[in-house]
This record gives sequence, structure tokens and C-alpha cells, in this order.
Amino acid sequence: MALFLHQLASGLALGGIYAIMALALVMIYQATQLVNFAQGEMAMFSTYLAWKMIDSGWPYWFAFVATLAISFVGAVALERAVVRPFAKAPILASIIVFIGLAFIFNACAGWLFGYSVQSLDSPFPGRPLFGVGYISAHELGSIFVSFVVLALVYVFFRFTPLGLAMRAAAQNPASARLVGIRVGWMLSIGWGLAAAIGAVAGMMAAPIVYLDPNMMGGVLLYAFAGAVLGGVDNPWGAAFGGFLVGGLENLMGAYVVGEEVKLSVALAIIVGVLVVKPSGLFGRRIVARV
Amino acid sequence: MDARWNFFARLGWVVALFLSIAAPFVLGSYHLYQLTQVLIYAIALIGLNLLTGYNGQISLGHGAFFAIGGYGVAILTTKFGVPYWAAIPAAGAICFGAGFLFGFPALKFGGLYLALATFALAVAAPQMLSYKGFDAWTGGAQGLQLGKLRAPPWAHVSADTWTYLVALIAALALFGFALNLVGGRIGRALIAIRDHAVAAETMGIDAPLYKTTAFGISALYAGVAGGLSALAVGFVSPESFTLPLSLSFLVGIVVGGLASVGGAIFGAFFIEYVPNYADMLSVQFGESAKALPGAIYGLLLIAMMAAAPSGVIGLIRKIVARLFGAERA
Amino acid sequence: MNTRRQFLASSATAVAALATGAFRARAADMPGITDTEIKIGQTMPYSGPASAYGVIGKTESAYFKMINEAGGINGRKINLVSLDDSYSPPKTVEQVRRLAEQEGVAFFFNTLGTAQNASIRQYLNDAKIPQLFVATGASLFADPEHFPWTVGYNPSYQTEARIYGKHILATKPNAKVAILYQNDGFGKDYLTGLKDGLGADHAGMIVKEASYETSEPSVDSQVVTLQGSGADVLLIAATPKFAAQAIRKSYDLGWDATRYLTNVSQSITAVMKAAGFEKSKGLITGAYGKDVGDPAFKDDAGVKEWQAFCDKYLSHTEFGDLNASYGYGAAATMAQVLKQCGADLSRENVLKQATNIQNLTLPMLLPGITINTSPTNYSPIRQLKLAQFNGESWQLFGDLIAG
Repeated sequence: MALFLHQLASGLALGGIYAIMALALVMIYQATQLVNFAQGEMAMFSTYLAWKMIDSGWPYWFAFVATLAISFVGAVALERAVVRPFAKAPILASIIVFIGLAFIFNACAGWLFGYSVQSLDSPFPGRPLFGVGYISAHELGSIFVSFVVLALVYVFFRFTPLGLAMRAAAQNPASARLVGIRVGWMLSIGWGLAAAIGAVAGMMAAPIVYLDPNMMGGVLLYAFAGAVLGGVDNPWGAAFGGFLVGGLENLMGAYVVGEEVKLSVALAIIVGVLVVKPSGLFGRRIVARV
Repeated sequence: MDARWNFFARLGWVVALFLSIAAPFVLGSYHLYQLTQVLIYAIALIGLNLLTGYNGQISLGHGAFFAIGGYGVAILTTKFGVPYWAAIPAAGAICFGAGFLFGFPALKFGGLYLALATFALAVAAPQMLSYKGFDAWTGGAQGLQLGKLRAPPWAHVSADTWTYLVALIAALALFGFALNLVGGRIGRALIAIRDHAVAAETMGIDAPLYKTTAFGISALYAGVAGGLSALAVGFVSPESFTLPLSLSFLVGIVVGGLASVGGAIFGAFFIEYVPNYADMLSVQFGESAKALPGAIYGLLLIAMMAAAPSGVIGLIRKIVARLFGAERA
Repeated sequence: MNTRRQFLASSATAVAALATGAFRARAADMPGITDTEIKIGQTMPYSGPASAYGVIGKTESAYFKMINEAGGINGRKINLVSLDDSYSPPKTVEQVRRLAEQEGVAFFFNTLGTAQNASIRQYLNDAKIPQLFVATGASLFADPEHFPWTVGYNPSYQTEARIYGKHILATKPNAKVAILYQNDGFGKDYLTGLKDGLGADHAGMIVKEASYETSEPSVDSQVVTLQGSGADVLLIAATPKFAAQAIRKSYDLGWDATRYLTNVSQSITAVMKAAGFEKSKGLITGAYGKDVGDPAFKDDAGVKEWQAFCDKYLSHTEFGDLNASYGYGAAATMAQVLKQCGADLSRENVLKQATNIQNLTLPMLLPGITINTSPTNYSPIRQLKLAQFNGESWQLFGDLIAG
């Protein structure tokens, strides 16, 4: 029983990180129909910035907020400068651009910060809570932060005028323009938000997986899996998918198939789910006019 | 315009053919080896282009079929003593089967989901290859060493030249088949399915059959390429077939030009030579910048897309149209 | 005018005579060698998943730069051409062919990676090009009978694991052993070595094995599984990032096990610091190099030498990097071989000298450990010393163990 709880706890902690990365991916997908393959590397780069700040003596939460701000602004600039020019190009051209960006961020991180493994201290107190080792304080804190992010994003999109404008711009750009929404800027802000969310994911992940330029590769993979499982056109489904993938991955590895083929089996499950529910668990069935 | 374009296309093929036959007499062994790699990548890219460019099914996992082909040839030649010229088609056939089977669930997925499912395939491939249950066959993490492809005594050429010629013959055959395919009824059916699946079905095209067959054929091409690669490199291991390989195939077809058989050649040149070029460029930045080739490669990718969003073939088309006037819009 | 023209003409003929005569003979005997230069080839993963090891190539280049600034070896400067192979064997093959056929290097030094070296071994042996001091501990590279041109360097992973196995038998004969290993040649060598060390009749001691892929984000789940098996000994055969995760997780779970750690991840600054010094207490490893983060070596002459080198040619980051100090030692070994060659830098002689190293000491090797090779011994470093981490440094204990 203890074993099960341990696996579940660490699975959910990582799952929370997958969930918020999946959310970032889906946000951009909903607005642009493009999957940002560079999301993970951008998050990793943001985490390195945070690490550099903390290493220079800044207090944690100060660095946290500063990193979010820099990531937001940086992503907005990136969208305007690099992504927007390809808006009219074929979709695969944009995908190649994202792959290029991923290479750039990864190589620059290695060049600027070195390849040694670094640690980012957790903002949450070290001792395990409730006196038992089932779940560490950071894991609990990480899950908590994931939920907070999801809640904030939900509130933002549902109850604020800006959120409404962004949703409108994503769903129907032409009509949105007609009512006076600056669709272009909505897109840029969407990128900024996604990058900020990614930065949170990175900073929550670093105390668990440790910081190195290749930190987010595996995380991004599972985030994709979660988004696909939950449905890429439903942000909350994607987030749920992230948690599900995190928990499933651990439990399958521990109880069902053994650690050796854990990765392959997790991915096979996703393919299996898609065969039964092609739009993901919570995705909408798209009915298109012929 | 079409007639002009056809003329240029044919001229291009003749020039390419001539150059490729002349190559072994002109190039040193290392450059010939690189050209062999270009041919191998070109075959794989044609396969992927048939699926993604002509038929609209995005696959990010063709590295896995490349791996199956590579390991197939390696196992057949080392464990079963099958001669290489039989092993390559056999590996291709195995991959056709694998691709065809994968095409069935793929029928249900829309574009993005298929892309991500194949992405998952590419990531899982190295783990499946090093699964200890298969160790006896795959050599596990140590990989398999293939014997060098020696030229038969009557040919009087070096092993490198012989490998190149084998790859060239395979490439010619497969290119010819592809050109035939896309120029004919099947090619038109694939394009119709890509552009408007429902309309195509109403016209009587059996979309599921075509789509799964397209998957199978593209996997076959990737498998043959993988088998040739195993022979040329002389070694296979799980680490030889990781995710970056699949991504580079995607890069290759987009850079070369989607829905274009000739584009595969340009794409193959790009993925073979540009990373080395990025290496050379980064040396300019000094010793500490040894990591920068990745960044330079990324920049070159973005620049390439900015200059030629429809690939090199698209760019050439534009230039030809510009030079000779467009008779049609 | 006339005299100058005459002078030029006569010197031209003289040079031509020399060139056709002496130079050409020498060039044919010693590829990659000129009167002023020794050209050495190498591939390193400067990009890709193993890019953390790229610092080895960087350090070695700096070392040879230092040698060149002091006049080179026997009047010749060393030119290390180090290319990136992204840790991908097909790319390794391509780069090695380029170095051998286009750049015309004399031999290869410290190319990194098990599969990577395996992919080029046949080619280099067929072409009779020395493949010296391969940067991997895989035991298959010390095989003078089948591959006489390939010489190992790192202490073998299997030997190291065997040592741990024997130590377990000696100290905890009724232990239940669990192992976490990377699912590639490196990790699997530890599994084999451990089984060897425990012996066939004690094979039942291993109660659980768990592997991981480098593409996975975390090994926490594997550690939980291993703990669940009830084991009280854990062998962590993982690269630094995953080793740190495993160390931290096993502590956080409250798992009271004797933990053995591969010396690949023994760096205090990289691994123990990340995992937490408190959480790393009690770890046992088989060390062969000095760790600069170890207070015991604060005033050590060898460490001071390494520090001075870093200050001049690298930076503070490399000083604390175990991979970098490894490269420092490997380059010094190579320099020793070249010195031993004297004027004869033919490939045959380079191989001969590389397999004829007697009791070489290096500044960053643990005291007592020496480098030895012979025509039947292709493993230069065979000795390890067990050490236990006490929260601050690695306390050496016991005698030198030879594998």
C-alpha cells in the first residue's frame, strides 16, 4: 500500500508538471493550429534564467516572478519577430521553424550555462509532510502550484475581458477583428502566457529532475502524450491527460509491465485510446462541412 | 508553364543521373561515402514525401521504419547468412507490412494526432530495440556489426564504390517507381485524398485502402534506406536511430519541397551537409562555442524556411516562372 | 637581379630535391605527421544527449595548447582535430572517415562512447589506424587478440561492479540487492559485473533490477519500485543527473540501504551537491580520480596543478567538473606516449608505445594508482579504491583493488 501511494504521489507530482506544459501547448494550438515543439526548450531556458538569478543571491519568489515576466515579454517578442512572418506559409514550414528554435534554445543554454547538472532549490520546506515519506513537500507543493496555475488560467479566460478577447480571437479571427479585437496582439499575448506557464513548469520540475540543457525533452514528450490523451482542443482535458499520464506511467511501470518497457507501453496505450476515441478522451468531435 | 517546367524537370533528372554515374570516378572515398548517405536519405525522404507530401498524413516516426530496415538487414546478414542483395528487399517487405499495419489505426487519427502518435513511435523505437528479450537477435545495447560490403571480384572496384553503386541502383529503381506512381492514377488519388478526402470518396476512391497502402509504401522506402544505411555504416545500435533522425527526415522533405520526388534529393543534400557546415561555422566563434553548431543549424533552418517556405523545389518553380513568364496564374 | 634569380632557382631545386627525397619517404611512413605537426583525430558528443561529456574534448584541446606553447613534443606541435558526432554512431563513422581519409590524421585519441567506438573499431583495425584510449569503460575494448589497434582507458565498468559485488559478499553476505541501471551498454555492464561479482551461487541475492531510458524525465518511480522489493543494498549505475535523482529519492523515501554509486557520477560538485550532502551520506564508490570538491585534497599538489591549468586555459566551471579532470589525465597519458615515440611517429610505433606504458602517475589520479599497458594488457587503469561519502568528502578505505 505504501508503495502504491509513493508511486501515485510522485506520478501526480510529475503529472502536474505535464499538465501545465500540456496546457501551454494546447493554448498555442487552439490559437494557431500549430504545435510549438520549442515549448520545452523555452521552459528550460527560463528555468536557467531563474537559476542564474537565485545563484546570484536573489530570493526565490522574487526570481520566480522576474522569470515569469522575462519569459512573457521574450515570448511576445519571439512571436512577433520569428513566428508571425510564417503565418501565411504552409503549416509544416512553421513546424520546421519551431524545430529550429528548439535547437537554438538548447544550444544556447549549453553554451551560456554549461552542461553540468545544476540544482534548483525547492521553495517548499524540506521535511516531508505529515511525518510520512509518501509525498515530499516539494511534490505536494508542485501539485498545488499546478492546480493554482490551472485555476488562474481558467479564471483569466472565463471572467476577464482580455481572456474573452483571446478566446474570440482563437475561435474566429475574422469576426473578432470585426468587433475591434486586435487579433495579432492576442496571438502574441497567448505566446507570452504559454511561455510563462512553461517557465512555471520548468521551475517546478527542476528540483525533481535537476537542471541541465536536456531537462525538458522527456517532460515535453509526456506533455504531448497527455495533451493527445485528453484531447488537444480541450485545455482542461489536456491538463487532465497530463495528470493521467504521470500517474499511469509510474503505476504501469511498477505493477504491470516493468520499468524496461514502460515508455513503449505508455505510448502504446495512448495510441490505443486514440483508436477508440480519436479526438482524445475529452476532445470534441469535429464535424466539418463537406 | 507546365511544359516549360516539365522540360526543366527532365533536364534536372538527366543532369542528376549523369553526375551520379560520374561520381565514383571523380570523388575520393570519403566524399563518395557522403554521397552514398545522400542517396540513402533521398530514398527515405521520397518514402516520407509520398505519405506526408502527396497524401497529407504527417509522420514524425519514419526513423522507426528506418531502424526496422536497418536491423532487418543486419540480423538477416549476420545471423542468418542471407546475402545483402536479398536482405534489402526482404527488409523492405517487412517494413511494408509494418507500415501497412500501422496505417489501420492511423486511419482514425486526424492530422495532429497522427503526428504525435508517430512522434511517440520514434521516441519508443530505441527502447524497443534494446529490449533484453530481443538481445540474442539485436545484440542489445552493443549493437550488431555487419561485415563490410565487399565488391565481387569481377567488378574491380573498391568496397566504397561498390556500396555506392548498390545504393545508386536501389535509388534509381525506387525513384523511377515513385515518379511512375505519382504521375499516374494512384498519385492523383493520393493527392485527391489529401486535398479533400470526402470528395475523393464520393468519386469512388477507396480512401482507406489508398491511405494504408501509402503508409506501407512509405515505410518500405524508409526500410530499404535503413537497410542500405546499415550496410554502408557497417554497424547498427539502438543509439543509431533516435528521435533526431525522424525529425531530420521531416526537415528534409520540407526543405526539399513537399509533394515532389525531385525535392527529396535537395532535402537529402541538406540534411547530410548542412550540419557539417554548421559545425564549421561555429568554429569561427572559438573553442568555447563547440556547442553552437546546434544553434547555427537552427538558424539555418529558420533562414531556409524564410527564403523558401515551399522548399527548394518551390523556389526553383518560382524562379523558372519568373524567368520564363507565367502563362497561367 | 641575376644573383637573386640564381639564388631562388638553386634553392628551389634544392627544396624540390629534398621534398622528393627525404620528406616523401617520411610522409609515406608516418601519415598525419609532418616535421612540425602531429595531427590527431577525435569525435566527441558536443551536442545531443551526452553533451555533458563535450568538456572532455575541450579540456584535452587546452592541454595540447599548453604543450604547444611550451614547444611541443620533440619539436612538433600537436593538432587535435575534435569533431562533433552528437553521440550518434552513424555520425561517428562519418566523422572518423573524414578525419582518416580527408584530414589524414595520424591516429585517434579518446573518442567517446561505447556504441560509437564499436561502430568504428572494425574500420580502424582494418586500416591499421590506432584507436587509442577510448573514452568508455566497456570491457569489449580491451581485446588485443581480435582488435590489436584499439586500446582502452577507463577502468572497466564490469570490473568496478564486480568489486562492489565482492564487497557486498564480504560485508553483508545475506543482503538483498537491488540495482538501478541505465538501459544501454554502460548500465548493462554494471548489471553483468554485479552478477559476476556475487557469483552464480549467490545470484539470488539480486531481488530487483530496474532500468531507465535517458529520454525519461525522472527515475523516481524506479527507485520506489526498487525499495518496494525489500532490498537493503542498492547499486546506482546511473549518469550524473539520474544518479542525483536516485540518491535524493532513496533518502526521501526513508530507505535505509547501503548504496553503491558508479564512479562516473562520483563528482561532489555535480552530483552530491545537487542531491544534497546530507542525503548522500554513506554512498560507496570505487574511485580512481581525485575530486576537487573533496576537502581532503584541498592542498594537494596535483589539484593545485590542475587549478593553475584551469585558471590559465579554461575556467572555474571546468575546475570542478570531474569529466574535465578526466580529460586532463587522458591528454597527459597521450603526451607521455608521444614522448616515448621520439622521432618515430609511425602508426606502428605509436601503438607500440601506447601498449608499453610503465607505472605512469598523473596529478589527478589517486595516490598509488598508476597507468600500465603491455601488449597483452590493453586496460591502462585497472586499480580502484573504495571510498565512502561522509557528507563532506570521499573517505578512502581499504587497499587498492585491482580488476
